[in-house]
Amino acid sequence: MTTEAFDKRLAAEIIAGFDARPEMLVQILHAFIERFGWINADAIRQLAEELNLSRADVHGVVSYYHDFRTSPPGQHVIRICQAEACQAMGSRELSAHAEGSLGIEMHSSNADLTLEPVYCLGNCACSPAVMVDGKTYGRVSPKRFDEILGGLRGAN
Amino acid sequence: MAATRVFVPRETAAISVGANEVAVEIAKQAKAAGASIELIRNGSWGASWLEPLVEVVVDGQRIAYGNVETADVAGMFAKDFLTGGDHERRIGPIMSIPYLMNQDRWTFWRCGLIDPLSMDDFRAHQGFRALEKAFDIGADAVIETVKASGLRGRGGAGFPAGIKWQTVADAEGKQKYVACNADEGDSGTFSDRILMEGDPLGLIESMMIAGFAVGASRGFIYLRSEYPLTYSILMRAIAMARDAGWLGNDIQGSGFDFDIELHLGAGSYVCGEETAMLESLEGKPGIVRYKPPLPAISGLFGKPTVVNNVVTLASVPNIVNLGGEKYASFGVNRSTGTLAFQLAGNIKRGGLVEKGFGVTLRELIDDWGGGTASGRPVKAVQVGGPLGAYLPAEQLDTPLDYEAFIDIGAMLGHGGIVVFDDAADMAQQARFAMEFCAIESCGKCTPCRIGSTRGVELIDRMLAGVDREDNYELLVELCDTMEDASLCAMGGMTPFPVRSVLKYFAEDFSSAVGADE
Repeated sequence: MTTEAFDKRLAAEIIAGFDARPEMLVQILHAFIERFGWINADAIRQLAEELNLSRADVHGVVSYYHDFRTSPPGQHVIRICQAEACQAMGSRELSAHAEGSLGIEMHSSNADLTLEPVYCLGNCACSPAVMVDGKTYGRVSPKRFDEILGGLRGAN
Repeated sequence: MAATRVFVPRETAAISVGANEVAVEIAKQAKAAGASIELIRNGSWGASWLEPLVEVVVDGQRIAYGNVETADVAGMFAKDFLTGGDHERRIGPIMSIPYLMNQDRWTFWRCGLIDPLSMDDFRAHQGFRALEKAFDIGADAVIETVKASGLRGRGGAGFPAGIKWQTVADAEGKQKYVACNADEGDSGTFSDRILMEGDPLGLIESMMIAGFAVGASRGFIYLRSEYPLTYSILMRAIAMARDAGWLGNDIQGSGFDFDIELHLGAGSYVCGEETAMLESLEGKPGIVRYKPPLPAISGLFGKPTVVNNVVTLASVPNIVNLGGEKYASFGVNRSTGTLAFQLAGNIKRGGLVEKGFGVTLRELIDDWGGGTASGRPVKAVQVGGPLGAYLPAEQLDTPLDYEAFIDIGAMLGHGGIVVFDDAADMAQQARFAMEFCAIESCGKCTPCRIGSTRGVELIDRMLAGVDREDNYELLVELCDTMEDASLCAMGGMTPFPVRSVLKYFAEDFSSAVGADE
């Protein structure tokens, strides 16, 4: 996923695109994540100023939601569904396989990869499901997982 | 010669198993063969186990090919796919598939059938007819029709929709809202997604009918962020409706104003709870509110708000078109109408089955689902998402009916049915129920916030064989406290799956380690 470093001017443009409406904070944060990859302290300060909220208000929203990461993700974000339908089809084993084959633990990142759980991708009839860089894959066996990841690395 | 019409779904499940690549390959092979095709990206029929499910129109009939892989396409063309030629992937006419034939398609009837992003196709399939009829008969008559249908909230709570609409219509205030709950967080559920991807204009029409009935001029859709494809489809559908004058001011000269704003959730399960969703729509953390006041009286930004699930709303156009009594002729007892059951997990033929209430779990799992994917015996079935009880195989004859499920300490919820085979470790599933609550609790009330973490610890001790009987007693007490004293269903119902495991699968606790006493 291509993101760029946080930039105050770009951030101001995004906020203006939502007419600086404070009730759009969750939507603005999504736009920040899409653009910058994560939410840093400067972003929180600027949002507070421009939306006329306290920094605590903004921090409260950022820290409440799983989607708003406060540290940079790896270049590729891999989310393995850990909810019941996928558990019934071996998502625990798939997660262990992923940790082993990628050499990183769940909930962690390196420059290349972020590996994290997700609780339901809504693809429960094609379990287990995995999301890689925003694209959902179904019926993911360990072998298919390796193929998907192999395709990613080949593309780099 | 007119172009041959070929359908390949643009739907998350189909794409997750290669539908986009198959569509590209079909276009490529058609070009190579010099054949003229019109490739239509429909929604899914809901037979997810057959995805990618490709159809070709031959003599006005849609011929289905199931589980098509990119590598199959050249071979299909070699065997005259464009004229419905025989091939190992060929199933036959789409409506000869028993899985689809034997349903009661009331709410999902356009899903799979039409091009979801074609206004012409939508209009040709009754699109906006119900809204036009609503304009004719007036708001009060719409509400009476919905009441007569007996339609209850399909998000899980099962509250009568007509009464909710009446409350909002009667509430004081000039500004009212319609908030569509599309935060489909329960594992094993995907019916909202299939509806939104397969018939987004239908949802827009449904929200407009709700808005017209209660006197609201603005609608919101709160969509979970795990559905990026759904988001882009809805965005396009909303823009399309606006361009065609079906959203905005003085819609089609009716004097009715309505517009819709699409909001994304941000990965919080509790935001599926209606008041947490309203908080999130206001740009705040998704922390549940105390009730009362009900959202129907004081909802979004403190204004009277209809909060309905996607499927609840989408059931309304046909109720308006065909009458509430017709809808009520499906189902049993106080569970009138149809529910979109979703077969998921370890099941051979997973997907969506819209059927009148009263069908049994066994019929759905065996007749539609074909048993487990692994071929092993069914050990447990979780109905209604992560807060639903795990039922043993002996209870599969329970009819799917809101009250019948309450009687056995379970709930129907949003109609998700997750099947586990005999390899499942149910003690781990009980532990997960508590763990999930600990991860997702909004933190407002103590029983949920603290109780869930204590619950994980207690189960871990039991599994380690430490004071198993004492810890069992404590766990039961903890479940009582969470059930009685939590603010919302998150903490209040997490004990359901836990208790069901203790009741029906106790041996999974004792088999973790040898007998300890």
